[in-house]
Amino acid sequence: MKIKGRVWKYGDDVNTDVIFPGKYTYTLTDPKEMAKVALEDLDADFAEKVQKNDIIIGGKNFGCGSSREQAVSCLVYAGVGAIISKSYARIFFRNCINFGLPALNASDAVDGIENGEIIEIDTESGKISCKAGVYSFPPLPKEVVGIFDAGGLIPYTKKQLGIKT
Amino acid sequence: MGKTLSEKILGKKVNKDVVAGEIVEVEPDVAMSHDNTAAISKSFYKIGVDKVFDPQKHVIILDHCTPAANSKFAQNHKDIREFVTKQNIKNFYDIQHGVCHQVIHEKGHIYPGALVVGSDSHSTSYGAFGAFSCGIGRSEMAVIMARGKIWLKVPETIKIYVKGKFPKGISSKDLMLQIAREIRADGALYKAIEFCGPTIDNMSVASRFVLANMAVEIGAKAGYMIPNQATLDYLKKHTSRPYEIIESDPDATFEKTYTFDVSNLEPMVAKPHTVDNVSPISEVAGTKIDQVFFGSCTNGRIEDFQVVSDVVKGKKIHPGVRMLVFPASNTIYMEALKQGFIQNLMEAGAVIMNPGCGPCMGNHEGILADNEVCVATSNRNFKGRLGNKNSEVFLASPRTAAECAIAGKIVDWKK
Repeated sequence: MKIKGRVWKYGDDVNTDVIFPGKYTYTLTDPKEMAKVALEDLDADFAEKVQKNDIIIGGKNFGCGSSREQAVSCLVYAGVGAIISKSYARIFFRNCINFGLPALNASDAVDGIENGEIIEIDTESGKISCKAGVYSFPPLPKEVVGIFDAGGLIPYTKKQLGIKT
Repeated sequence: MGKTLSEKILGKKVNKDVVAGEIVEVEPDVAMSHDNTAAISKSFYKIGVDKVFDPQKHVIILDHCTPAANSKFAQNHKDIREFVTKQNIKNFYDIQHGVCHQVIHEKGHIYPGALVVGSDSHSTSYGAFGAFSCGIGRSEMAVIMARGKIWLKVPETIKIYVKGKFPKGISSKDLMLQIAREIRADGALYKAIEFCGPTIDNMSVASRFVLANMAVEIGAKAGYMIPNQATLDYLKKHTSRPYEIIESDPDATFEKTYTFDVSNLEPMVAKPHTVDNVSPISEVAGTKIDQVFFGSCTNGRIEDFQVVSDVVKGKKIHPGVRMLVFPASNTIYMEALKQGFIQNLMEAGAVIMNPGCGPCMGNHEGILADNEVCVATSNRNFKGRLGNKNSEVFLASPRTAAECAIAGKIVDWKK
């Protein structure tokens, strides 16, 4: 899969409360409404200007805080194609796999890529192409790649249980 | 080669030797969810399964917005009540009980050596009882309902060794903030933390709980400690489940060991907007405050009430400050009533709220206005955490919170 989009670059410790504020966790369920508040408390412009397949770059500990899955789903609904970060909080990372959103670990790329530039990710070859050059990222562990490939945990479980859609 | 507690508990689940770094598929002993069970139940039905795999394993506790603040929350609760009835989930605790992280062990569902998962990040809390316990996502809980299993990576373990006697008035919250200051918010990412040492051995159950509760704030997957006598006494009173205490072997591999000495620890605060932005209270003394949020799953237990009651007894909360009190559970609330703590707090001008999460996620009951400042005994101070991104939250101990409520500002009460 190739993902080409504009970069939205942020810093370290982007937490789930600024991605999807807690006050919405039980009141917003419509994907369109959820997309409108994505990153609301971090970057007020984001939800309005984000385009399909845009890419978020974070520093270390991206997605720290709550277990709320909407911190991932609101980004997917907003059109985000991938996240590149130096490290992820573990529940957020699991939620990315479970929701089929590529969350790549690539510290060099985070340092080398500039805010606003257009980059391309090739998930098969594990390469990120940008102005500064080409960076690599490691694949998902073999035990979980099937979840990602099935499009997330719910479709994967259906398949496992032999339930037809 | 010796094994860590994580390797032992997860290995036992798959009947083989496992080492840190391995990924295993396991069947948890206990699965906790709360108000997010409505969303989980929808994902569960989406899978196409009709019956919950093992209803006995699930513990469902309503606490995140109780009583319902509006019709959406009310519908959410209603959906959960219907779901637990239909699926025959007996371990359901409706809004009168309190915060999930307190109610679950008060009601005997947590025991040493258990493998526990919860669709809440603070599910690390149950490590305080010697369980291996971690937070998971909603879809993962839905899948546990469907087929009883989840994949987990066996984590590396960091040891946090604590020694020394706490100076008067200094508590495990100050210690935890000091730990966050040193290890940082990402310092234990994906790792298990083993809390140990003479200070940990001598702590009360409630004090130990603070550490396990906030282990996730420094990135940990699980934060556990070996039950001490106080914990065993507590378990005897609260659970009838048989258990085996599992400990790391003396020659187990620990990735790193940190040592903390609490002998000269000062009151600590986490300043806005991250839990590791910590300094001794003296550095922020004088900051004017508008609200004190005392309670929560971190610091809403009876020993916390004792401390706060002792500070405010016979005094008045500063007229510029609203002090909101959230007991962690109904049981604690009744005990605080019995011991006169509630009376002291009310006479001082505090507002006693029902047990629950209160404003901790910005849902209701104490949302801040623009430019307001709150001192909270809870575990998170992210921007917007108390419902308004233009407000500020300082995390502190119950003692510090009470002193600030009286002073109307952040005060270096140790001076």
